[in-house]
Amino acid sequence: MIAKGKVIKYGNNVDTDVIIPARHLNTTNEKDLALHCMEDLDKSFPDRVKAGHKIIVAGRNFGCGSSREHAPLAIKASGIACVIASDFARIFYRNSINIGLPIVECPEAAETIEDGDEVEVHFDLGVIKNLTKSAEYKMTPFPPFLQAIISAGGLLAAAERKLLEG
Amino acid sequence: MGMTMSQKILAEHSGLTSVKAGDIIMARLDMVLGNDITAPVAVKEYAKMGCPSVFDREKIALVMDHFTPNKDIKAAEQCKIVREFARENGIVNFFDVGEVGVEHALLPEKGLVGSGDLVIGADSHTCTYGALGAFSTGVGSTDMAYAMATGKAWFKVPSAIKFVLRNKPRKWVSGKDVILHIIGKIGVNGAQYKSMEFTGEGVAHLSMDDRFTIANMAIEAGAKNGIFEVDEKTIEYEKANSRGNTKVYKADPDAEYDEVYEIDLSAIRPTVAFPHLPENTRTIDEVGEVKIDQVVIGSCTNGRLEDLEIAAAILKGRSVHKDCRVLIIPATQKIYLEAMEKGLLKIFVEAGCAVSTPTCGPCLGGHMGILAKGERAVATTNRNFVGRMGHTESEVYLASPAVAAASAVAGKIASPEEV
Ligand code: SF4
Repeated sequence: MIAKGKVIKYGNNVDTDVIIPARHLNTTNEKDLALHCMEDLDKSFPDRVKAGHKIIVAGRNFGCGSSREHAPLAIKASGIACVIASDFARIFYRNSINIGLPIVECPEAAETIEDGDEVEVHFDLGVIKNLTKSAEYKMTPFPPFLQAIISAGGLLAAAERKLLEG
Repeated sequence: MGMTMSQKILAEHSGLTSVKAGDIIMARLDMVLGNDITAPVAVKEYAKMGCPSVFDREKIALVMDHFTPNKDIKAAEQCKIVREFARENGIVNFFDVGEVGVEHALLPEKGLVGSGDLVIGADSHTCTYGALGAFSTGVGSTDMAYAMATGKAWFKVPSAIKFVLRNKPRKWVSGKDVILHIIGKIGVNGAQYKSMEFTGEGVAHLSMDDRFTIANMAIEAGAKNGIFEVDEKTIEYEKANSRGNTKVYKADPDAEYDEVYEIDLSAIRPTVAFPHLPENTRTIDEVGEVKIDQVVIGSCTNGRLEDLEIAAAILKGRSVHKDCRVLIIPATQKIYLEAMEKGLLKIFVEAGCAVSTPTCGPCLGGHMGILAKGERAVATTNRNFVGRMGHTESEVYLASPAVAAASAVAGKIASPEEV
């Protein structure tokens, strides 16, 4: 699996209140949620995604705050192919795995990649390629249990295939 | 190797004699929680699973507390999805308007969560129940759906940070000041993916309400859970709240901790978190002149009886500053009733406060007290992120009920020692 696109770069502690403000949580429709994704942080977000910026790169503690699964859902429905961060807030991390939004923890990539860089994430090889800067970064692979969930397409899909007994 | 309190509870619930940090386990749950924002998503996902029935009708709690009483049509539709699901599946612990309280105040009060339990909730502040010595943590709606079907959840076993609490807090210093002080020290990701375990003789000087407040905000340091050692007060609380069997898990003497902090409770000053992160703390002596437009006293952090008593002690016979609106939101119906019987509500109304039925309301900028551009609020809630309580150019200052009440009178952030 490969995710490819230009980068939208954010800083540390991007919280779920800016990813999808609570005032828009009165719906669970993914498309409606995507309409408001990042609107309190970055008004240009939807236009940039449309223009091919499909990778978010951020600093520490991405997705901190509330447990709303609406946050990774909104990002995924916006058309983002992968989020790379130094690290993620834990509920956001587990929600992303459970709904099948690819996320990658890689402090080096998070630091060096700049806004607008063209990036390829090779999940199978465990590397991130920065095409603009001709650089490569190794990413932390998922443990096998989580790999099983992701490759099944999410927690419930994995459950259906009885991959998680124990 | 020894285990922490949290690890022991996880081991017990996954049928293992021991677990260590980093292990991935599948564990049995004692309670699964969802609210009117997260449960509708879970209900939708659950329906896709084609399950004949939920794993246990008594071990699921559905609490309609965020946008209730329904703030708009969309919110009403969300609640309706959950209400119908609860009816169809015979969910015993479904709480709707009239009976509802803010989930993390309600569940302990109803005896639905307790010491030694393993609890997940599709709400980040599910970590609150660690005050009782439970392992409880926030998850997402998909986890909730899976748990409603199977009674299980996957966990990566966390490592832990130990906080050894010493001495007695001084007057006007409460659980809120303790946790803000700690978050100020370690930062909003200081405990990321980890357990925060609270122990030491100082714990005995903290009321259960203080402990709920502290465990509630463990997530604000990025923690997976916060947990207190069980003591006499825990046992008493559980007895009083229809929960007889207190289960005690103590950390092994050789349990490993990533870090150990000694916290001298007697040295902590009333503390305020400035916008826009809970780690931006200043003691009351350092806040300077901050004029405010609104005060909110309530939420799963500080809407309990003790919080209202403290606020009432300060507001009694005084008036709210003319430039300031004050909202008081008892966290549950029981607290509301007790506050009424003790005459606290009268004190609030006479001081010029608005008293609301239990709801999350303004805490998440939902309804009941949204801030306009440029407005500032002092809130006893737990998050002060950008736009949390309204306009993206509004500001939230987190504080204890004592500081919030004093600020309500002064019309600016003020110390309870001054009024
Ligand atoms: S009171 Fe605030 S923090 Fe607590 S559950 Fe409600 S919205 Fe969440």
